Amino acid sequence: MAAVQDSAVAIGAGARGRPAAQGRLAALWTNHGAGYMFLLPWLVGFFGLTLGPAVASLYLSFTSFDLIRSPEWVGTANYVRIATADPKFAASLKVTFLYVVLSVPFKLAFALFVAILLDRGVKGLTVYRAIFYLPSLLGGSVAIAVLWRQLFAGDGLINSLLAQFGIEGPSWISHPDYSIWTLVVLSVWQFGSPMIIFLAGLRQIPTDMYEAASLDGASKFRQFYKITLPLLTPVIFFNAVVQTIEAFKAFTPAFIISGGTGGPINSTLFYTLYLYQEAFGNFRMGYASALAWILVLIIGLFTAFSFLTSRYWVHYDD
Amino acid sequence: MTDATMSSITAPPPSTNGRRSPLGSVLVHAGLIAASFAMLYPLLWMLSASVRPEDEIFASTTLWPSSVDFASYVRGWFGLDVSFGRFTWNSLVIAVLTVIGNVVACSLAAYAFARLRFAGRNFWFAMMLGTMMIPYHVTLIPQYVLFLDLGWVNTILPLVVPKFLASDAFFIFLMVQFFRGIPRELDEAAMMDGCGPWRIYWKIMLPLSLPVLATAAIFSFIWTWDDFFGPLIYLNDMNTYTIQLGLRTFVDSSSTSDWGGLFAMSTLSLVPVFFFFLFFQRLLIEGIATTGMKR
Repeated sequence: MAAVQDSAVAIGAGARGRPAAQGRLAALWTNHGAGYMFLLPWLVGFFGLTLGPAVASLYLSFTSFDLIRSPEWVGTANYVRIATADPKFAASLKVTFLYVVLSVPFKLAFALFVAILLDRGVKGLTVYRAIFYLPSLLGGSVAIAVLWRQLFAGDGLINSLLAQFGIEGPSWISHPDYSIWTLVVLSVWQFGSPMIIFLAGLRQIPTDMYEAASLDGASKFRQFYKITLPLLTPVIFFNAVVQTIEAFKAFTPAFIISGGTGGPINSTLFYTLYLYQEAFGNFRMGYASALAWILVLIIGLFTAFSFLTSRYWVHYDD
Repeated sequence: MTDATMSSITAPPPSTNGRRSPLGSVLVHAGLIAASFAMLYPLLWMLSASVRPEDEIFASTTLWPSSVDFASYVRGWFGLDVSFGRFTWNSLVIAVLTVIGNVVACSLAAYAFARLRFAGRNFWFAMMLGTMMIPYHVTLIPQYVLFLDLGWVNTILPLVVPKFLASDAFFIFLMVQFFRGIPRELDEAAMMDGCGPWRIYWKIMLPLSLPVLATAAIFSFIWTWDDFFGPLIYLNDMNTYTIQLGLRTFVDSSSTSDWGGLFAMSTLSLVPVFFFFLFFQRLLIEGIATTGMKR
């Protein structure tokens, strides 16, 4: 298998210093025509659906465009308005950051905790893993958002449960202080997929490290702190980046739970929901394009920041 | 190699902790069972609410209905001007076409990236990875304008045609990873015997790649079935609605009046996803574990 990998690497790197037989093979593999034939559908999509539209969107972000009249160049007016005179932009940014900051750490902490519990040779691992994964698979659907809307309604299931303990709960979804929490709970409920990635990561840690540490008298807690956690940092990093980007892009639950408004009082106005309202509610396509590019900028900055700081805390074993 | 990593993920874990006390083990199981129940409780409650008599839905926090009654399903099915049969059919058509498009187009591109040598391959591969990073919001509006100009709004074309152009780069990446694990000796031998790249793709790569093709197909189906944003933008005529749009219309039109029908249709909309979960769970979990998928 290693040989296969080596040859794959060599072919990727070019034909330098290869034995003659392999050089002939490389010549056999080289087939520009076939390469582009196989790539053709993707290339059409790349230019027609990704690169072209991305360039067009950048252009539109400097225009005023309502789909009916042709775009009218307004310079940086859209960006200026976003930065200085758009309270809904500020509100949506605040809600989105709040959602990211609340949901991602809770979700990852939960996922890691359960993964560690399951990794300790618990009987019935596959059953638990399946049950915990199910919400991740279903969670993106409208049905679950509908269910959530009922769970946290004034006369919903959560309050019925609380009433049995004599607690009278508020209408969670229509209270501006609590509504964001219902979305955070929905996100944390879907901790299953990062949990599976953590489990796969934990499985990579050699058991003899723990055995050696035990022999040296290291406590379980110390083993976790000195072995498990450092060796798992690449997986934690990966999950954190992926989940954060997903959280920035979240749309469906906020749309369904607030009935498309982002209410009450903009408390669930996710950035993507605001962008949708501007583009497809108010048909301010130029303005919405500018909002889209700011989202790209935010996600890009966040990702760059994560990668830059990662070398101070992510442990790469090589 | 791929097989080895995959099975190491699903195999039972090495018992690192054989000397756990019986009491500790009982406590762990009690905790896990309680957590499982809490996770599943909302789902089971919805299932049970969907078969309860209408007046009982909010009266009870228990899971066992006093009597089983499918009236909510009938009411919900015909609860809107267009029946849920139509919505389900529309969703099914879009999902099946998406699966075909993704599997065909992504495997073609993945084969080129994983096996063929041609000028600019590494450049295009980097571009492909780049498209996975940018949020779709950037291409959303110009794509909408394009499809509007083509007269495709209110048809399934904007939702399906891009898949035949390998727009889900994630699946290309998934397949490239898998294809690279297939021994090159196989196609090299075929090549020596005079097989061209098309035959190798068709006769060697695809038959050996069934696990990854199945994983891509199932995730394509589930994600398309659950997709709300795409249909919300492109489908405005109720006759073209998917089941997710139907549910959303149901919520808005009957806010608090017919919860039974709403829960019945919600439950129904989860059935296909649950089916895949039940029968292909291993494949899905392996897919996530090996690639670190988002959902």
